[in-house]
Amino acid sequence: MKKNKQNKRHVYWNPYFGGFLLGILILFTFYITGRGLGASGAMKSGVVTIVDTVAPTHAENSAYYSKFINDDKSPMNTWLVFEALGVLIGAFISGGLTGRISWRVQHSPKITSKRRLAFALGGGILFGLGAQIARGCTSGAALSGMAVLSTGGFITMLAIFGSAYAFAYFFRKNWI
Amino acid sequence: MGPLIPNGVIPAEWDSIIAILIGIVFGFVLEASGFSSSRKLAGVFYGYDFAVLKVFFTAALVSLIGMYYMDYLGYVDITQMYVHPTYLWGAIIGGVIMGAGFVAGGFCPGTSLCAVAIGKIDAIVYVVGIMIGVFIFSELYFLFQPIYEGSFMGNITLVDSFGVNPYWFIFLFTIVGIILFAISDKVRTKVKKIFY
Repeated sequence: MKKNKQNKRHVYWNPYFGGFLLGILILFTFYITGRGLGASGAMKSGVVTIVDTVAPTHAENSAYYSKFINDDKSPMNTWLVFEALGVLIGAFISGGLTGRISWRVQHSPKITSKRRLAFALGGGILFGLGAQIARGCTSGAALSGMAVLSTGGFITMLAIFGSAYAFAYFFRKNWI
Repeated sequence: MGPLIPNGVIPAEWDSIIAILIGIVFGFVLEASGFSSSRKLAGVFYGYDFAVLKVFFTAALVSLIGMYYMDYLGYVDITQMYVHPTYLWGAIIGGVIMGAGFVAGGFCPGTSLCAVAIGKIDAIVYVVGIMIGVFIFSELYFLFQPIYEGSFMGNITLVDSFGVNPYWFIFLFTIVGIILFAISDKVRTKVKKIFY
């Protein structure tokens, strides 16, 4: 029984099946809302909310935060924040069904978890910065952009994967 | 005719509920495809696991083909769809920075949320990192503003930019996808297996 459970943890969907369903979902999202999916937008809303709560005058005077602050509603009351909550719920259900839920730091046996966490933090900072400059991340700019043949979406997709392959050599110790 | 909410077929009050439902499916599909594991995601850059390429490319093709089919059959009006705007240098520079972050941290924002949901501590740190990155951008906005707002080309598509026929483009793009899938399977048999 235990072995069975152990095996199931590493069984994922066929990637073409997952990709097909994801494609259908993007299509459905465009059909219903006229826009695509997103992920980094919710984290931006989180930052705007925190800054607006801690230092409201600073947030209102800032050229960037003020774009997302509205007197009528909280910056958390956006489509992308609700969608991100859904992502957490959906992933939790899937992980729960397959027994993948546990507190852990996942890293290659060749590196320490401290190193993994340091690189995760640095990678996150870069991704957060890049996603603001490009106005969207892999979901919002690349994937949803490509679904409607957006030129910017294709450029962002090529830039993300091109640069990740270019930099892969320098980070190889972390993964292989 | 779609899109349903902008055209008033579904009342706008449903927006947030639909957002949560779509998010649940999005999170479920990503997690079930293995995107909550940074080591699986990073595999695409080292050739030991091509799940990212396969899922991502299949999703792009299915949504693209479906979109143009639905437009052709009259279920949606593709001109009403929100097209991600093109800021040429912003897209390139932002994308390059994101690529470095991807291979350093092993996640992108959507996949990190999935990993947070199943308790990966590295993903929680990654999300904190993203928020710090957004904070740095906002505080130093005056530095980034020229890139952020410069080289704006409008909400253009490849059809506007290069005058390509969308149907031919999608057909060729599909063939490129199939070739990439075949190559990735070849590469994977040659690369040393990694267990994670």
